[in-house]
Formats: sequence, structure tokens, C-alpha cells
Amino acid sequence: MSLLELNDVKVHFPIKKGLFVDRTVGYVYAVDGISLKVEAGQTYGLVGESGCGKTTLGRAVLRLVDITSGEVVLDGTDLASLPDKDMRTMRRRLQMVFQDPLGSLNPRQNIESILSEGMAAHGIGANQEERREKIRAILAKVGLPSNALSRYPHEFSGGQRQRIGIARALVLEPDVIICDEPVSALDVSIQAQVVNLLDELQEELGLTYVVIAHDLAVVRHISDVIGVMYLGSLVEEAPSDDLYAAPKHPYTKALMSAVPIPDPTVEEARERILLTGDLPSPANPPSGCRFHTRCPWAQPKCKEERPQLREVGEGHRVACHFVEDIESGLLQIGTERAAVVPAARTEQDAVEEAVAKSAGTKAALEAEDAEAMADGDADVTPADARSEAEAESETESGPAASDADEAPASDADETSASDADEAPASGADETPESAAPAETAPAETDPAETTPAETDSTESAKDSSARGA
Amino acid sequence: MTTSTKTAKIDRLAELTAQNETTSGASLWREAFRRLKTNKMAIIGAAIIAVFIVMAIVGPWLAPHSATALTWKSEVLVNQGKFVDSPRGGNWFGLDHLGRDTFSRFLIGARQTLLVGVVSMLIGLIVGAVIGAASGAAATLGGRLGQKIDTVIMRVVDMMLALPSLLLAVSIAAVMGQSLTTVMIAVGVVQIPIFARLLRGSMLAQGSKDYVLAAQSLGIRKRRIVVTNILPNSLSPVIVQATLSLATAIIEAAALSYLGLGNPDPAVPEWGVMLSQAQRFFEHAPMMAVYPAVGIIITALGFTLLGEAMREALDPKLRG
Repeated sequence: MSLLELNDVKVHFPIKKGLFVDRTVGYVYAVDGISLKVEAGQTYGLVGESGCGKTTLGRAVLRLVDITSGEVVLDGTDLASLPDKDMRTMRRRLQMVFQDPLGSLNPRQNIESILSEGMAAHGIGANQEERREKIRAILAKVGLPSNALSRYPHEFSGGQRQRIGIARALVLEPDVIICDEPVSALDVSIQAQVVNLLDELQEELGLTYVVIAHDLAVVRHISDVIGVMYLGSLVEEAPSDDLYAAPKHPYTKALMSAVPIPDPTVEEARERILLTGDLPSPANPPSGCRFHTRCPWAQPKCKEERPQLREVGEGHRVACHFVEDIESGLLQIGTERAAVVPAARTEQDAVEEAVAKSAGTKAALEAEDAEAMADGDADVTPADARSEAEAESETESGPAASDADEAPASDADETSASDADEAPASGADETPESAAPAETAPAETDPAETTPAETDSTESAKDSSARGA
Repeated sequence: MTTSTKTAKIDRLAELTAQNETTSGASLWREAFRRLKTNKMAIIGAAIIAVFIVMAIVGPWLAPHSATALTWKSEVLVNQGKFVDSPRGGNWFGLDHLGRDTFSRFLIGARQTLLVGVVSMLIGLIVGAVIGAASGAAATLGGRLGQKIDTVIMRVVDMMLALPSLLLAVSIAAVMGQSLTTVMIAVGVVQIPIFARLLRGSMLAQGSKDYVLAAQSLGIRKRRIVVTNILPNSLSPVIVQATLSLATAIIEAAALSYLGLGNPDPAVPEWGVMLSQAQRFFEHAPMMAVYPAVGIIITALGFTLLGEAMREALDPKLRG
């Protein structure tokens, strides 16, 4: 059994209005149904952009915010339903390291007082002398001088303060430590020290971590399993190497493609998915899949039905209706969203052809939907001749597109430059080039300048209109 | 990186940071005091207050004359406009309408004035702080019920605030009769809502800080979180307010005395009472009013200067 298990945890903050009697006029769906398991001795990384609810989830686990519904099971005990008194004693086993190292330390208490307060509350150490001994040992462990005891938080540097924060969690000998953005307030050089310290302590003390962060590199370094959050729910969960090598959910793909690769050739050539629009308000989340408003692969079904996390590989869970289709290349970016009919049509042709092969009725339905949507888009540059040419190229590059998807995801040191050069050539972005080899000059500048899918499609529209004239 | 090299690195870092460090830390209070000591405004304010306090303590012994001794002189004839309010003979500040030595009364009166100021400020501070702390604690850590309690307390406090302070003091003094205690209570009650609101607001601000959350996650009892974490960090504005309100308390007590609600005992001089008595003779003997008035103004200025300097010293934004 897992050490820490979350079952459909929801945290909804009521929005109140009214002068005398508070009326609840709505809810902020900060955490909206999250289930995950954290194994003992492992590190679970939670990533997601600001406002996606990762911090709230971390706090909900410690019951620092009220849990609306769901279970938080630590070692067989459901914390969510525990009375306050029992919860207080349970807190010894679950500790937290905070984002702001200075803000999380009481400025008017010295280090000894800060560290011994929790011990006193849980009856660790018979007297102050005993506690002081233990605190000294812990301070040494986190790399702080023992003369720190009588000093105050503002007398330390950022990295040292975070070490104090870690020491405060450690003195209670917890099973699980929730690190809420443990290094994001620190300098890069100090970040490495603190991350390594966390690593080391885990090895030595057998700790279990839940690391909440937005820095993908940090999370990758420290985590065994990573969960990606978007607008209050998990969209993907996988062992860390898997997730970075082959992200499956569109949102994760976009996140991963935003990580810069320290190799200019790869960086220039790789396919990047730029998300358009803002994060929707968690007070008014979109229907169906929370991500459909920004997903380049979005389909009508996404608006209606909320996808559940489902297993797609070993330990790899994804909440997307169309993971397989995206992976196999059946579904291309901008099938519906790009406001260019020719492109949409050719995509759909490709899909239809594929459907004929696989005889999947589901795909056929989607293709129909896609057609309906594409017809609805009136703002279009007519280029019939071109659409034919593209149709051909699409069918050719269709099966190969899955290769292109993988290329940007794999790490810089793993992907050789030649691989990267090759892969995007078959990708959807390069279609104008392959369709019209005569026009090499404009096409060559294309991948370097325009990365987002949408700009690309307008570019190709311009291209085609030029040719029409 | 292997574990051993990492450990070595951390040890080295610990060694480096251990150098050039004193063993005892400087608390924020101590640092604030250090800043206060270097502030000219604070020194002037403190000097004025020190003179005032010394005067209040040893004044009665220093006074050359008794506060009640009537020195009848032929010149002291109010009706003839020959009222003596100018220095002469052994009376530096002159004599009042009853032929008493104004300088002696001024020295002796300092004690009453300080007493009224301090006691009424303490009434306001203690009662206000208790109400504010209860309200603030309920609001930050009391959950939903606590927030309701906080709302009720604060509405009552708001009602108190809505009344003009002098009117409230006059009403209280009118109900309780004319005495020094009445003046103290009246002036103190007026200060209660100010302290209550201030402390509660300050506690609310601290209650949302990360370290309070951290204390909660450590499993520390709520009462202890309030006492060791929230309260110590919420006190600085209250301390500043206490210093500033000493000045207003002295002025308000003087105002009440002036309105005739102060201590009726003529044997006990008080600056406010002296001022009030002097008004009748202002045309003939303006200096009789000027001495106590200047005394009140300078004392109030001293407390205000010190209060402002303390506000600066305790301001976390200036922490360096």
C-alpha cells in the first residue's frame, strides 16, 4: 500500500458576498478531484503553471485548508475526516517546507525557539537541554553552524533560511515532507545546494517527498514520479524519465516544448507548441476537459466530456480522450482550430484515410465533427490548387508525424543534432516546404522565425495566396 | 555528484558561514532599539519626556511654595486690572487669582497630568488590546465560528468609534460625576476602540503569513500560535499608538478639566484645571494660561516625537 494516497480530493473556496449575512455566490475550484499515490521513500513531483492549484493541494494534504471532499490517506488513516485534535498529533508525520524561506520563519523567534516549538508540541525530548542536543544534530545535518541557535531568521542568507525550514520539518521525524516550491525563491547556485541536500536527506533518512514546483528541471532532478496539474486537476502522471522522454498529454507536450534546449541547432529546428490564451479562471472552469480552450488538438468531444486519468503505459496515466490518436498522428495540430479551410480539409482527408485502414468508428465521427467545424470557419483564403497538393503531402507525412512528436521531447544530450534535423522535416509544420520544393527560399526561413502552429498556418495561407496571384 | 563530496561541500559551506559571526543573535526588538537610539527625533522626544517625568516625581519637593499657600499681596487685585502674572520676587511665573505661586502649581501639577495621561492610556491599551487580541485570534485561527465572533466584536467597536471621542468622554464624566477617576476612565474608554481595531488589524495581517501556516503545520496548539507567533509580531503598531495616545490623553484630560469635569479639589493642581481657571482672567493675566498650555503642548510633542521615531524604528520596511 502506498504511504500517502489521495482519493478524489477537492478543495473549493466559496466566494462570499453580502453585507450582513454571507451569501455564497460561487466557488473557486482550486483543486477539483485529484487522486494520486505516493510510495514510501519516493519523491512525487507536482508541476503546473501558477494558479493551477498545486500549492492548495499541498496545503490540503496537511489540512491547512479545508478539504471540501475526498480522502487523504496517510498510512491507512484518512486525514480528511480526522477530528482537529487527532489531526494535530498526526501533523508530526507530515511536514512542510515553504516557498518563502524568510516569510515562513517567525522573525521574532530565534532558531532554537523556532525548532524546539514543534518538538515541545509533540512531546519530543524530555526537556529543553535534550531538545537542544537534537536540534544541534539536525542543524549539522542540514549544514548550519551550531551557533545559529541563538540567532534570528533575518541574520541568515536565503539558502540558510531554507535549510532552517528543512531542519524545522526534520526535527519532528516526519514520514512525508511536502516541499512547496522549495527552491524557487533562491539563487540558481543555492538552488542546487538545497536540491542536493533534499536528495541526500532522503537517502539518509528514507524520507518521502511531495515536491511542488514550476521549475521543470528541478522537478525532473528530484522526482521519481511526476504529476502535471492543470486548473485543479491532474492531466498526466508518469515516472519522471518517461514523462520527459515522451509527454503524452497536449498540455505536458506544450510545457516540455517550452523548456529551452542548450543546443542552438536543436533549439532552432524542434517543434514548439505555443499555447494561446490565458489560464481560465478556476472560479469558472471550462466544461468538459479543462484544457480544451487552449488545446491545439481539441475536438468537440473535449467540450462535453471530462476525461478521466487512464493508464496508457506502465505507471503512465493521462487524462485525454485522444492520446492515442495524437500519438499515432491521426490527429494533427489545428485540425479544427486553424482558421484555414484547406489545411483543415487535408487533415481530415488524412484522418479519413487512416480510418479506412483502422476501421475505427470513433475516428470517423470525429472527422465528421471536424468537417462541420471547418465549414463553419468563413474567414478563409481560397486556394484550391494548393489544398490538393497539401492533401498529398499530408497523407505521406501522416504516419511519420509521430516521430516528429518525439524529437523535441527527448533531452538535448540524448538527441543528436542529425536526428533533430531530420525529424521536423516530416512534421506538420514543414508541409509547405515538402509540398512546394520550388519555393525553397521562403520556406527555409520559415521554421526559424515562426514557431507557433497558428502563425505557421497564416504564413502558409499567405504563401498560397501569393501563388494564386 | 557523490554523497561524500556533497557532504564535504556542505561542511565547507557551514565552516565559511561560521566565521565572522557573533554567537548571540540580535532580535528585532534590539535592532529597533539600536535604530531608535540614533534617531534625533527620538532623542529630543525622550529628553522632553524625561524632564516631564522627573518633574512629575520630584516636583512637589522642588516647588518653592506650597500649592495652596496664598500669598496675598496688595497688588493682587483682579478688579483693578493689576493682576500679577509676571515674574516677581520669589514667584517666577507670578501668582494666580488666589495669590498662589503659579510655578509651584505648575511643578506639582505635572504629576497629576502624567498620572491622568498614563492611567487613561493604560485603560485604553489594556482593555482595547484584550478585545483586539480576542477578536484577532478568533478571526485568524477560530475557523468559521471565530469569524462570526470577530464580526460581532468589531461591529460593537465600530459603534464606539462612531461617537465623537470628546462627546463620549463628556457623557461618561457627566454620568459618573466630577472626579479625577472619571476623567481617567472617560479618556481611557475613548481610546479602547482605537487599540482594539489596531491590534486586530495587525493580527489579521500577521495571521495570513507563512510562518503562522508553518506553525500550524508543525502541530502547535492554536493558543500557543497566537501567543508566540502572532501577538509578538502584531505589537509594534500598538506600542507606537500607545506613545502617541499618551499625548492625546493628556490633551483630552486637559480639555475635560477645562470643561469643568476634572478634579474639583483645588488643593491638587493639574495643568488642565489651571488652564481652565486661567480663562476667566485671560484679558488681565494671559501668562497664567500660557504656562500650563505650553507645558501640555511640549509634553504632547515629546510623546509624539518619540512615537513617530518608534514607528520608524519598528517599520519592517526599514529593516536593514
